[in-house]
Amino acid sequence: MIWSSFSDFINMHGYAEYVWGSFGVTFLIFLIEQRNLKTKYKKMIESEEI
Amino acid sequence: MKNVMPTKSSRAINWFAFAAPSRFYFLSKKCIPIFWFFALSLSIAGLVLGLLFAPTDATQGDSYRIIFIHVPAAWMSMVLYVAMAFWAIIGMIFNAKLAYRLSNSIAPTGAIMTFIALWTGSLWGKPTWGTWWVWDARLTSELILLFLYIGYLSLHSAIEDERKANRASSLLAIIGIVNVPIIYFSVKWWNTLHQGASVTLTKTSMDSSMLLAMLIMTFAFWSYTFATVLTRVNNKTLNEESHTDWVNQELNKLRTGS
Repeated sequence: MIWSSFSDFINMHGYAEYVWGSFGVTFLIFLIEQRNLKTKYKKMIESEEI
Repeated sequence: MKNVMPTKSSRAINWFAFAAPSRFYFLSKKCIPIFWFFALSLSIAGLVLGLLFAPTDATQGDSYRIIFIHVPAAWMSMVLYVAMAFWAIIGMIFNAKLAYRLSNSIAPTGAIMTFIALWTGSLWGKPTWGTWWVWDARLTSELILLFLYIGYLSLHSAIEDERKANRASSLLAIIGIVNVPIIYFSVKWWNTLHQGASVTLTKTSMDSSMLLAMLIMTFAFWSYTFATVLTRVNNKTLNEESHTDWVNQELNKLRTGS
């Protein structure tokens, strides 16, 4: 482990907004993609037309 | 599938057998949880190694950690475009529905990977180059890649007739493939702010823990992509083949199960 404390880790030696902005948005996008897939799947299963 | 009948006499694996939507569906259904397992476990491993143990970079400080998603996403954006165009070609040659469906299912994830590459690149560019964006060859050609994905998807959804939509969007995908080598070699062909490749097949200029974290994240992205694309293909299959008996049986099973 290269960090001395949790706040040290969060702070990323001053690059917090860039690093967490990248990782956070990436995670969020993947989450949205999966949620969309799930919603479409549920709609398809629930519709009686097909 | 036209003119391609499985022959029982051949001892080798008959790859065309997997072109039957039902075979593909049930095989994918089995594989999806496995890909999810790898996607989750590898991303945890990659993130722990990359964020907690890989050393701080001597010149870029900790902003370099963006590499652990930037490079995998950028690689995926190009690989997925090639895969999308490949299945478009196969679809056009064999008039194969499943190939078109694969091509179609790759596109949204490809677009997402391209967006992530651009977004993280921008957040990395600010602290290292002093700017969010420059109109240089690498960044511009990657932006064009995003437009190609979006163009492919919009063209496909704009045409009502499924067969025409498949053919038109596939043609766009195939023409757009010239952009992929331009992205890859742009850092060699033109002067650019973007650094050259840190990793090629024969050499690397990275610390081993950094390199390992990046490769683990790349496999995590691969697994995520397989899980997502196969799920999307299977959903489309259920939707579009609902006139067949096996899909109706499967839908009934899924309805009572859920």
